[in-house]
Amino acid sequence: MGTFLGDEDNTAQSQSHVQFMAMAMPHLDAAYNLARWLTRDEHDADDLVQNAYLRAFRFADGFRGGDARAWLLTIVRNTYYSSLRDGRQMRADVSFDEELHGAEAGRQADNDPARIAASRDTGRTVNQALARLPAAFREVLVMKEMDDLSYKQIAQVADIPIGTVMSRLARARRMLLNLLNQDGAGD
Amino acid sequence: MACTHSQDWMSAYLDHELDASTTLQLEMHLAACEQCTAALARYRALRADIAQHATQYRAPTHLQHRIATALAGQARRERPRAAPPRLHWLSALVAGLGATACAVTLALYLQQPSPADLLDQELVSSHFRSLMPEHLADVVSTDQHTVKPWFAGKLDYSPPVIDLAPQGFPLIGGRLDYLNQRPVAALVYRHRKHILNLYVWPATDAAASTPHAGSRQGFQLLRWRQDHMQYSAVSDMNAEDLRAFAGALREKVAAAAAVGEETATAPAR
Repeated sequence: MGTFLGDEDNTAQSQSHVQFMAMAMPHLDAAYNLARWLTRDEHDADDLVQNAYLRAFRFADGFRGGDARAWLLTIVRNTYYSSLRDGRQMRADVSFDEELHGAEAGRQADNDPARIAASRDTGRTVNQALARLPAAFREVLVMKEMDDLSYKQIAQVADIPIGTVMSRLARARRMLLNLLNQDGAGD
Repeated sequence: MACTHSQDWMSAYLDHELDASTTLQLEMHLAACEQCTAALARYRALRADIAQHATQYRAPTHLQHRIATALAGQARRERPRAAPPRLHWLSALVAGLGATACAVTLALYLQQPSPADLLDQELVSSHFRSLMPEHLADVVSTDQHTVKPWFAGKLDYSPPVIDLAPQGFPLIGGRLDYLNQRPVAALVYRHRKHILNLYVWPATDAAASTPHAGSRQGFQLLRWRQDHMQYSAVSDMNAEDLRAFAGALREKVAAAAAVGEETATAPAR
């Protein structure tokens, strides 16, 4: 009798495990992409996604269907910010913010087409500019442009009102344009 | 709308997340402001740049193994609390894959606007353009016998022009428009404070059809085929009034057709 019950438990465990994998693994790329853009580091992204997935598995009972991708991205994001609160990386992010605010305040949009074209000729420039955005703006832009999430989904993931999603995206794009134009002018 | 506001809304406009009335205000502003139109082009280009150049990272294969192993370890350690009866894992997986395939197909299908959708979009845009200053009517007249001959020589067909003032929809004019890859007649009616555009062009399908209603960006649309003509009405009036308009017009067209081809083809004097 005892062994029989034990078998049943094992089966229940592996079932919930496999079920979680079937739900979560299709979104691994999206989770990794967000993690990579949040941490801006290959290895940190690996760790972040792994921790987030373990956390998600623990809370999987709380997930009652719906948007699995948004749910997983929420956990990736929360895991990232709680790791920040533990101390690492915080300073780096603040200095990025200051650099950027300076850039935004000091410069109007550049209209010279040649400069704009020059600033756009490589993916490196776009990636670098995106990486320089403060995390709060970078994450909404990544979710919109790369995951094509709706404002409602982004609001859910980032835990902010839809109006804030709208204004953050507008500001993120404005900053990015300024950064790209600035890079073009600097070369 | 001021330029600063316009530039605040552009981002949401590009994401199709702006409500209908703000969209209209913004489009109206864009039509009149070169600077903002240029700014919008820059936002569009930025979008294309991100899509083309920004790296969309894919999870490395070792990560998948790492997670699978870690999860298996955790699953052994932690016993799930009173799990509800679950599907067999294989059927769950198959259902998952099936659902993914369906979602992808549906997404592709939804991304592809149907010809009717595109036409509706064109109709709404045209209606909206017509509401801008000086765009409403090329021939301003409440007299159907002035409006109808105006189209002669401008179109390769003669649209029925019927005043519906007694029914509460006075004709106020007409203009040439371009829709569905052809020049078409646009007849303008008024109902209280609402403007209605009625677009008429020869139907490719001879069979008559009953009015089909739709709405888009806050406008009501109604289209039907009658007497070899395709009719599309667009307005911001409510759906019921629009149906009343269509009903009255269809009656008149049918009566004219019964009398002979006179109303539809012969130039009126």
